[in-house]
Amino acid sequence: MRPDPDAAPPPEKNPAEPFDLWIEAGHAERHYWRDLWRYRELFIILAWRDIAVRYKQAVAGVAWALLQPLATMFVLLFIGWISGLSATEGAPYAIVVFSALLPWQFFANGLTTASQSIVGNANMISKVYFPRLIIPASSIAVALVDFAISVGILGGLMAWYQFWPGWRLLALPLLTLLAIVAALGGGLFITALTVRYRDFRFIIPFIIQFGMYLSPVLFTSAQVREKVGEAWFQLYCLNPMVCVIDGFRWAVLGGEATFLTPATFISLAVAVGLLFGGIAYFRKTERSFADII
Amino acid sequence: MPAASTAISVSGLSKRYLLGQHAAVQGFRHLVEDTLKAPVRWLRGGQGKPRAAGAEFWALRDVSFEIAQGEVVGIVGRNGAGKSTLLKILSRITEPTQGRIGIRGRIASLLEVGTGFHPELTGRENIFLNGAILGMTRAEVRSRLDEIIAFAGVEKFLDTPVKRYSSGMYVRLAFAVAAHLEPEILVVDEVLAVGDAEFQKKCLGKMREVTAGGRTVLFVSHNLPAVAALCDRAIYLKNGHLEAMGQTAPILQRYKDDAALAVEATATPAHRRGSGTHRIATLTPLATEQPARAPLGFCAQIRQHAEDGPFHLSLHLRDEWDSEITALNTEYLERGALAPGDQEVRITLNTPWLPPGDYRVEAFLHSGGIIDHWPDACLFRVGSDVATLGYTHSSAHNAGLVLADFRLETTPLQK
Repeated sequence: MRPDPDAAPPPEKNPAEPFDLWIEAGHAERHYWRDLWRYRELFIILAWRDIAVRYKQAVAGVAWALLQPLATMFVLLFIGWISGLSATEGAPYAIVVFSALLPWQFFANGLTTASQSIVGNANMISKVYFPRLIIPASSIAVALVDFAISVGILGGLMAWYQFWPGWRLLALPLLTLLAIVAALGGGLFITALTVRYRDFRFIIPFIIQFGMYLSPVLFTSAQVREKVGEAWFQLYCLNPMVCVIDGFRWAVLGGEATFLTPATFISLAVAVGLLFGGIAYFRKTERSFADII
Repeated sequence: MPAASTAISVSGLSKRYLLGQHAAVQGFRHLVEDTLKAPVRWLRGGQGKPRAAGAEFWALRDVSFEIAQGEVVGIVGRNGAGKSTLLKILSRITEPTQGRIGIRGRIASLLEVGTGFHPELTGRENIFLNGAILGMTRAEVRSRLDEIIAFAGVEKFLDTPVKRYSSGMYVRLAFAVAAHLEPEILVVDEVLAVGDAEFQKKCLGKMREVTAGGRTVLFVSHNLPAVAALCDRAIYLKNGHLEAMGQTAPILQRYKDDAALAVEATATPAHRRGSGTHRIATLTPLATEQPARAPLGFCAQIRQHAEDGPFHLSLHLRDEWDSEITALNTEYLERGALAPGDQEVRITLNTPWLPPGDYRVEAFLHSGGIIDHWPDACLFRVGSDVATLGYTHSSAHNAGLVLADFRLETTPLQK
């Protein structure tokens, strides 16, 4: 059973002997990103698991994925009809709001599921090694599926109003990427914080509820700027979702909708900063996840 | 020593845990406080005084060893000796506090079979999920799918959600996936302690196959016979230190001897943990060597040292591998609570029948909290005269944790 004793002479004691892997205290792993790439299949399979499991043993099954955004759409149609509200952007109210609701819902879903993801997979965390970033990232991927369904419904809504988008719609994939940046950045922060401080379980619903009213979802950012003036508007743009939502409106509504004013660059910078900050904070804390979870 | 080249090199490895008052888990209030105080601390030009640290506990202290490629090494030690911590560091689940480990080759760890299994998913889906979690690619899983399914013996239930599986099927499937990992270094923790006897044999067989294939294996188990059968060398951990390393047989002997000696250490009540309002002065089995089929009796003398209310006595019987066979807890009895005061208590155990072997009794006095904890209160032996039970087959005392009182009645069926 043992290897042949004559096969090789005993090796020289050489401290510089090359090992494939070093495990050391406080040693941020050099191969983190390589490992992340190596575990890409795990990322895909975890996202698939969460989607596959979600509607099992539900009679209506996948229909639930459609029902929620559809219900939202009807509520919006109803509000638009009752209040006679018409947005300034030269498009029906329902489309103005729905185009903003898309990225917002994605952000909110991503944040909620990501924050629970590590705690929900605690037994994996404490038994197996893999780059922990995969878990919140895969829950963002799941939120992206819901997002895709909602995009379909927006398409239906636009067809109903016979509202034809222009060339700007081609920017949608790029803007979706921006939404992912914001959701992943915020998600990583919240996830790492939730592992340490379960208080964030109660803070997140709060952030999401108030965030929707603070972000230009039910109104447009142009309306905000008109009311508060340029200086305060810059402060308002500290909300990273402002640039994402404005971008979506700009692409979907065309016409008068504006995007990438100097102030929205603040919001853009915050979103990108959130991603890098989120990754840095997550990596700093993930090493101790197994100890504190 | 067949040392082709080093597969694992551990040097000066230590791991510290903070007990109780861990700043990181104290809650959100401290995060807010610390964040708000940060500028003040910064202005004062120092780190400020760190939050009062709780007691620290070194799960591992300055452990160094080397394992050559192709070696099969067993790790033994009592509960809390640092075995699991060592494995967790090796599998990169947690980081060491000091020291470092060099690893050559792909490492995979089996700290628990079935990690990440989802009850709602089918057997087939879980094979892919679990495979990915253990680090296999989809192509690798697919190429071994037939083998895995055959090994687990669940062909018929592949498309059934695993929540409908029996626990035996579940474990078999989980082990089957893990057994078909093909890393250069395999770290295994107690996976053999699952499933029925037949399946355990199959697992041992698979482990032998793995070790024969020239792979490096680190094997932690309380199952000393399995360690003896599989391992070339053994490591004995004690209170976080590397107590000894060498050929398996002498190391295991030393471990067993130590376990017997440890009994002496806590014989003095003052050295034991617990609030100490009452202490067990003596605990004696009615006979140190019992015949296999007889009620077991224990007699405890309890002394009162301070005012306290009623309390309970609890005796935990552990076998040679430290597995708890049963617990005799007065809490389970109606009117089982003991009145405060000096007293002598007798406990008798009629069933189950313990198989022949050496046993250890861990004793507690408790009432909500622990009053007295005596880890090695007494030892006793059950003799090998199994024939008195009606068993004639010599392997009878290996079949299960306890021996059963069972009878046979046969009636020919009418044609």
